Amino acid sequence: MKAYLWFAAKRAIQLLVVVFFGVSIAFFITNLSPIDPVQQTLSRITSRSGFSPEAVEQMRTALTELYGVDGSMFEQYLNFWRRLSTGDLGPSLIAFPTPAMTLVMRALPWTVGLLAFSIMMTWLLGNMLGGLAGYFQNNRLLKAFGVVAMGVQPIPYYIVAFLMLILFGFIWPILPISGGFAMNVRPGWNMPFILSVLQHAILPSMSLILVGFGTWFLGMRSLVSNIVTEDYVTYAELAGVKRNRIVFAYVMRNAAVPQLTALAMTLGAIFSGTIITEQVFNYPGIGTLLVDAVNGGDNATVLAVSTVAIFSVAVAIFIVDLIHPILDPRVKAE
Amino acid sequence: MLTVVRDLIRLNREFGLGLFLVLLVAGFACLSFFAPIDTSMIYMAPPDMPPSSDYWFGTNSRGQDLFWQATVAIRNTLAFGLLVAVLSRIISITVGLLSGYMGGWVDRALMFVNDIFVALPIFPILVLFYFVLRSDLTPLTLALIMACFGWPYDARLIRSVALGLRHREFTRHAIFAGMNARKVMFEEHLPYVMPIVFSTAMANMIWSIGLEVTLAVLGFTDINQPTIGTMIYWANNHSALVAGIWWWIAVPVTLVVTTFIGLFLLAVSLNEHIDPRSRLRRMGG
Repeated sequence: MKAYLWFAAKRAIQLLVVVFFGVSIAFFITNLSPIDPVQQTLSRITSRSGFSPEAVEQMRTALTELYGVDGSMFEQYLNFWRRLSTGDLGPSLIAFPTPAMTLVMRALPWTVGLLAFSIMMTWLLGNMLGGLAGYFQNNRLLKAFGVVAMGVQPIPYYIVAFLMLILFGFIWPILPISGGFAMNVRPGWNMPFILSVLQHAILPSMSLILVGFGTWFLGMRSLVSNIVTEDYVTYAELAGVKRNRIVFAYVMRNAAVPQLTALAMTLGAIFSGTIITEQVFNYPGIGTLLVDAVNGGDNATVLAVSTVAIFSVAVAIFIVDLIHPILDPRVKAE
Repeated sequence: MLTVVRDLIRLNREFGLGLFLVLLVAGFACLSFFAPIDTSMIYMAPPDMPPSSDYWFGTNSRGQDLFWQATVAIRNTLAFGLLVAVLSRIISITVGLLSGYMGGWVDRALMFVNDIFVALPIFPILVLFYFVLRSDLTPLTLALIMACFGWPYDARLIRSVALGLRHREFTRHAIFAGMNARKVMFEEHLPYVMPIVFSTAMANMIWSIGLEVTLAVLGFTDINQPTIGTMIYWANNHSALVAGIWWWIAVPVTLVVTTFIGLFLLAVSLNEHIDPRSRLRRMGG
């Protein structure tokens, strides 16, 4: 237990460092941007009606305060961390005066829900079937899965999502292809809304699952086909241990450990996959918000989305790392 | 080296197929040097012509002959992927060998940096770069940025091999013979990690081309530079599919999928070749 706590503490420090560096990089890159948010907002407001020069000057001071862009770069940087700790990154430009963080928090549940479900499904399905395919190497159906996985695996997210859109949106229109829920239901904890949300999530999550499946399937298959040749498996077979037990407890469990590490490694990549999927299906998540913010030249929202993205990927990897020693007792010794 | 390739082609169907696909795409890209027309011009051909004997892949709504357009696009895309792969290989080999051979605090420091890079989500960061640089984000700049992010996972693999080599007899011999660390790493250890370098280079090309396509589709790269990604971007921009000009989307998609499957098969079969157990099984051992 003590070893585990020590391990968890080390990982937690690593998490903090990753978040610190990632968010700092994001801050400095966005601050290199030639766009001045104060000037942008001012010209947007003053274009609607005439203001006296004094009023404009007052507004400028107020906006500078609001965006936290007064003082030197270093002061702004310290200011940024102080404001971030209270969850305030200034108002967004595309939806002025809504705070950027409010926009992010509104979009986040959609992305997290979509991602959590898709990742869990792909990982479980891919590893289950891949493991079986590695063990029963002569099974026709599992071989066919292998061929499909081989063919789909290298196709970019975007293309699969687009094919799904054409297939189920135009050729065989049975599923909603755009948005997060139907226009005619009221958001909240009521049945029609929940059903609508689930219905709208089918296509985006299916495209994510289809693309992710291959990677896990192929990885698990090659891992298992290596483990099958190990002496302890042969021994268990000769000793008459039940087939099911060998497959699930002896082979799959050992192969699942490197796959869990791989999951942590690919979380960041999956995130970029959802951005494009959201864009194709017009899903109201973080990705769509990021694209809109970039196109609208909205510093505050771009920075807020990046910050939240870096933070959530780092936390997800941290959680995967914490589960790791439970599956693999050797990690504790490290 | 050549015998390895010959053996692979003979014994491994996947390697043969992968090599064939990659060479096919590369050959197609080479045709771009013989293009009879300037592919950067628009309205050089009647727009929206379906594939025919005059225009093999049809023409698009911008009046470009898709055949020649595609040769240039895939050439740029392949060159981009190759550049990222080569640059990030240099970093990953250096970090991996240094970390594995030196051990101690060098290893700990490098792996600490490695862990940070592994955990950073690259896509939002690339979008940030586009946000700031806008049209200054040329393919070359993008390749440089991606190379800076594409090495950590592969460096870890190389390190794990180098860790094993460190305690082998020949390393000790080399040290006693007076070789310095740099020579041991790059003359003695490098040949052992070369197969991994090749297979990860293929995977890295898939990764970088995929990211480039993703960024381009959203319009987050230099859209005037013909690549597979920008071809899809323009097709999308003119709603090619809704308008029924399917060949405009089909051409770049077929090309990029062929490239991906080819590279992927090469990476997988090389990986299998590295692992002696699976190689034996394939040979019927």
